[in-house]
Amino acid sequence: MNSTVSDQYRALADQAERARDRQKPGEKILIQIGSATCENAAGSVDVLDEFRKHIAASGREDIVLRRTGCTGRCSREPIVGILVPGKMPVKYERVDRPLVHEIFTRHILQGEPVLARILDGPLEKLSQHEILTCQSNRCGWEGAESLQTALARRLGDLGITPDQVRITAASCFGACGLNQLGTCSHMLVRPDKVLYRVYNEDDLDEILQEHVIHGHTVDRLKVVEKTVGRKFFEMYGDVAFFNRQSRIALRHNGIIDPESIDEYFHYRGFQALSTVLSKGDPQWVIDEVTKARLRGRGGGGYPTGQKWSMAAKAAEKTRYIICNADEGDPGAFMDRSMLESDPFNVVEGMIIGGYAIGANRGFFYIRAEYPMAIRRIDGAIRQCRERGLLGKNILGSGFDFDLEIRLGAGAFVCGEETALIHSIEGERGQPRIRPPYPTESGLWGKPTVINNVETFANITAIVNYGAGWFSRIGTAASGGTKVFALAGKILHTGLVEVPMGTTLREIVYEIGGGVAGGKQLKAVQTGGPAGGCIPAKWLDTPVDFDTLAKAGSIMGSGGMIVLDEDDCAVDIARFFMTFSQDESCGKCTPCREGTTRLLEILDRITQGTGTLADLEKLERLAKLIKKSSLCGLGRAAPNPVLSTLEHFRDEYIAHVTQQRCPAKKCVALVHYEISAEKCVGCTVCARNCPVTCITGARREAHIIDQVRCIKCGRCFEVCRFDAVQRL
Amino acid sequence: MNTTTDNWHEVETTARRILGDEIVAHIDQCRQTSEPQSHLIGVLHKIQAQHGYLAEAHLDAVAQLMQIPAAKVAGVASFYHYYRLQPRGRFLINICLGTACYVKGADRVAQKLIEELGIQFGETSTDGVFTLEGSRCLGTCGLAPVLMIDNEVHAQVTPDQVPVILEKYLSRVRRESHASSGPTGSLTPLRRLP
Ligand SMILES: Cc1cc2nc3c(=O)[nH]c(=O)nc-3n(C[C@H](O)[C@H](O)[C@H](O)COP(=O)(O)O)c2cc1C
Ligand code: SF4
Ligand code: SF4
Ligand code: SF4
Ligand code: FES
Ligand code: FES
Repeated sequence: MNSTVSDQYRALADQAERARDRQKPGEKILIQIGSATCENAAGSVDVLDEFRKHIAASGREDIVLRRTGCTGRCSREPIVGILVPGKMPVKYERVDRPLVHEIFTRHILQGEPVLARILDGPLEKLSQHEILTCQSNRCGWEGAESLQTALARRLGDLGITPDQVRITAASCFGACGLNQLGTCSHMLVRPDKVLYRVYNEDDLDEILQEHVIHGHTVDRLKVVEKTVGRKFFEMYGDVAFFNRQSRIALRHNGIIDPESIDEYFHYRGFQALSTVLSKGDPQWVIDEVTKARLRGRGGGGYPTGQKWSMAAKAAEKTRYIICNADEGDPGAFMDRSMLESDPFNVVEGMIIGGYAIGANRGFFYIRAEYPMAIRRIDGAIRQCRERGLLGKNILGSGFDFDLEIRLGAGAFVCGEETALIHSIEGERGQPRIRPPYPTESGLWGKPTVINNVETFANITAIVNYGAGWFSRIGTAASGGTKVFALAGKILHTGLVEVPMGTTLREIVYEIGGGVAGGKQLKAVQTGGPAGGCIPAKWLDTPVDFDTLAKAGSIMGSGGMIVLDEDDCAVDIARFFMTFSQDESCGKCTPCREGTTRLLEILDRITQGTGTLADLEKLERLAKLIKKSSLCGLGRAAPNPVLSTLEHFRDEYIAHVTQQRCPAKKCVALVHYEISAEKCVGCTVCARNCPVTCITGARREAHIIDQVRCIKCGRCFEVCRFDAVQRL
Repeated sequence: MNTTTDNWHEVETTARRILGDEIVAHIDQCRQTSEPQSHLIGVLHKIQAQHGYLAEAHLDAVAQLMQIPAAKVAGVASFYHYYRLQPRGRFLINICLGTACYVKGADRVAQKLIEELGIQFGETSTDGVFTLEGSRCLGTCGLAPVLMIDNEVHAQVTPDQVPVILEKYLSRVRRESHASSGPTGSLTPLRRLP
């Protein structure tokens, strides 16, 4: 143990705490406003401005605005959180200027939340208490029924109404690793933030009598250890969408001010670094990460501990560590969110990684399309340097380490590690054959470790809460959680973090709210252009690196695009092939030529000029490209084709044998007609047709000139009488 | 790296005229680091941010100042999609063509943009106001379909909103040209370098 390190750390943490205390956050009403690319796009800048005006006009000094990152609730942004001391936190959705006025006058000044506009609301009434019970697999207790059922029954017996106590299903609080598994269950009582460990029904009764009815904490059953979940729920957990998740990598997103190092210190910031440096043993870090069974979150799922260990054993002593923040997979945005919303956590993870492998320089490779992420990481690096957390002799440990930012320039292939290295070196970002692997010969020929943003974001949690705890969340093969970006035809688009092994059904239906607009789910596309489509009938697949691979897709970086009945499997395959063909760097023939040929065939099929023989050709060529391409891009590019061919072959066949697109998506295979019975002659379609090919007198049935129609679908969208048919 | 050529003074003066002082100073800084060539991509980003695109003259000046073969500089500039080798309009429209946006109807929004502007991807409108480009993913997939005009992201865009959005920027241009004296005002987006 190195006491200098912990002393220096304490001094820094105290300094940060004093800076924070000067603002007396505990006594004030806090207004949290999201500030991230997505939040700003949704209009949070106006919201901030409006609150500022209201606060100034009210003359109140006990109301403070706090900027946070994004909570990952894209479809409901801008989101505003109101924290009144001693009250349950309230979050509002889709806030605009008029709503700011309402929130300010009713909620903040008069203490009456605007229930109609609460996130995932509207709510009838706010409960006084909320009890969250853990639903995860390591909790269990003596009772025959589940804790949640028993709780509901006992509340009924005691005549406690939902107005008084609301019950919410939650997933793992992270308290279970500290006690025997299966003998006790956990529940959190809010707003008092007390986490209880419940062994039997007597315990439950005591908590209800003492805490809920009389307001006294039951110290005997209280969990005293600091757990990941606690801070999280006290700030956040007012919404089922969050409560079903286990947020580790995202634990600070939407909670802390991403531009303030003081705030980060308050949430145990740099404690992991202090632990690591005071132990003074890089091998200890590697062992912990190995024990945690952390696997790389960038797509490949390579065990992180093993990767670090290889670099640490290299004979060459100049080594580098790189954070891959290229996030080129369209539809994935978890890395952006972490960089923008919790930049210090990623930076701290990198410093620890650098220490473990013996590197003194690290690089952030960030795509240029993410200007706010670049700004936030740059700010975090600067603040760390000012406090001596980067630079020479960090915390007096003798360890020197510094970070630089390098920008991508819009080439998807640069996410591939050898291409990324070339790009940092200032070259064209083309991959090279491996081996040698970067851990042996990487940046400027030196041993180099490359990890994904989310991989680094998990490091501090592993050190702070223990490798054992981390490894028990998740599956036997991979520990911890995975962040998924839900997008496409799903009700709640956004970021979801769940334990490895959670089923697709839970993610899509229980957290994501199912398919938007009452349509049928068709498939979930995972892994982006390198992945595949998992059909609806396989929704009970637990999500893990290996299970997804078995289902013909890949985990990839965690993008999940939900497809409904209106999406055509062939068209999706063609879409991804356009992408891969365009992004192929052209270095090797199978990928460069092969993707072009695959695309030609897919184009033919969606145009209705494909043949059955084309399907064979697709399959053969796809397999060949997979086998013979040089890098991961080419080797994975055929996956979307192969997986749709496997699961949706009938759709391909309908395209080639009947020139029919069952989803009515492929433009060449559909046409529009107006039903004379249904048409009331309102003329709306005729006025909207871009090529004016619809004729008909007012109040008479209209007709489409099929020759001139460009099949843009405008008439179909604008007709309010369902008279236009897509056939 | 301090290797310079005999005509260094001349090279630097020309470069200064073409690139501007700030960028030349930045290149100087890069030259002091242990791996000067590795900063090429960052230098090109700075030039594009300031000048809107990378002209041949820019690339030549960079090659000279950074002592990197001109062919390599040009190779890098053409490899990465983010670099623009043609001048751009006053506003850059970047419509996301990523998966999430595609399944939410980005193709129809793109079609509407093409119709309204009368230009294809990669082109600039004849009045020099808009350049249309497509992007792979802007990272705001949860708000799909999205389009970005300069640094402002427009979320959940429908084809109907396209003319309204464009008008907002056009009126900004009109205000600007009113504010300045000349008939075309400050709007000289298509100025090419010599
Ligand atoms: C074409 C291609 C694109 C990739 N893009 C990314 C990316 O954007 N981000 C990322 O972290 N990894 C990406 N990877 C994976 C990286 O090569 C590498 O495996 C990863 O960054 C290692 O980090 P991890 O072990 O923490 O996952 C890509 C791989 C390929 C073949
Ligand atoms: S597989 Fe494709 S991207 Fe990879 S090296 Fe070959 S051509 Fe380039
Ligand atoms: S919009 Fe519908 S109802 Fe109106 S004229 Fe067209 S087809 Fe007929
Ligand atoms: S599909 Fe488009 S072009 Fe054809 S009739 Fe309808 S609005 Fe006109
Ligand atoms: S399984 Fe219940 S707290 Fe972890
Ligand atoms: S796919 Fe359009 S923003 Fe990501």
